[in-house]
Amino acid sequence: MNDTKTKAAAWHEIVLTTLKNNKVKLVTYVPDRVFTPLIKALHADSFFTTFPCTREEEAVGIVTGAWMGGLRGAVLMQTSGFGTIPNALASLVVPCQIPALIFVSERGTLGEFNLGQAMVCKTMRPVLSSIGVENHTITRIDELAFIVDRSIKQAVATQAPVAFILSPLLTGGKVFEAQR
Amino acid sequence: MTTQRTGAVSAHNAKVMNRFELTKRVVGQLKREEAVIGGIGNANFDLWASGQRPQNFYMLGSMGLAVPIAFGVAIAQPQRHVIALEGDGSLLMQLGCLATVAMQAPKNLTIVVWDNGVYQITGGQPTASSSTADIVGIAHACGIANSAWAADEEDFERLVAQALKEGPSLIAARIDDKPGVATTDRDPVRIRATFMQGLGVKRTL
Repeated sequence: MNDTKTKAAAWHEIVLTTLKNNKVKLVTYVPDRVFTPLIKALHADSFFTTFPCTREEEAVGIVTGAWMGGLRGAVLMQTSGFGTIPNALASLVVPCQIPALIFVSERGTLGEFNLGQAMVCKTMRPVLSSIGVENHTITRIDELAFIVDRSIKQAVATQAPVAFILSPLLTGGKVFEAQR
Repeated sequence: MTTQRTGAVSAHNAKVMNRFELTKRVVGQLKREEAVIGGIGNANFDLWASGQRPQNFYMLGSMGLAVPIAFGVAIAQPQRHVIALEGDGSLLMQLGCLATVAMQAPKNLTIVVWDNGVYQITGGQPTASSSTADIVGIAHACGIANSAWAADEEDFERLVAQALKEGPSLIAARIDDKPGVATTDRDPVRIRATFMQGLGVKRTL
């Protein structure tokens, strides 16, 4: 990103702004290192109600209840956390037609150092596809706002969940610290 | 608001009651279109049998998520009180939600736990709360100060009335092994749509 005039927005700033523009006020999460700047910015912005949950399916349950009560919500998690939510998606979110917005910080590819993350990563897209959940892998910052904005609008209009998989190509990912 | 500690009534001296009878007592106290989330299995079967209020949501899957769903509704509608009816086995699956609820402290949330000490719907296998785990003790330790065992039906009614004033609260009731008295119509879209209409929410926000 060059900064000839104004500094270009970072990926996490674009996500936050797009959530705000779409009146997504509730964000539940299980922490992730790569998502830390987004999580900090959400906490710092009084527009958002945001807090950590003990487990990803709990976070999904909360945004499901919030949607039914008239409040839009998003869930943040990392790839391994995705492995805990197929039952919540398949037996609650999908059959009840809940437009849950799921942001996954992608681990397990492009330089992963943890085999556990790499294996869960292989299950993620097949699970989403098998239960018919729209999902986008986002690699480019110039496409980020478009994909997230349009997909939130589609999710709400069609009453269907959507998953955004934020690639290390977009976020930088997590590197193997021991190699430094 | 008074804080009742486990010392007054424990799991061991609480009366064994009936879930359907107590469900009717909860619903009977609801005068302000409070929302009720019925957990998977007999918790929602008996809620269904107690009368199909538009403000009731019946869970057909996602075991353990009655409290998180109720908490989400409570966040979205802070003026409305929300009650989760959950079984002991289901809550044991998702105990972390009690810690989250305590940390966020929603004033409009009540958790009712039906503790029969078994996974009743799968064949009556014992739960940890049948012998070693104490649901009210766990809730206290998570930070939900207003957590208590109901000594009997009258005490249960009193605890519900108190919980509806200000939460978060957890009420645990020992119950018998009688099955639910009806079966919920298994139509998740209709259940969700009716519930949203009951909460005054438009289809697309």
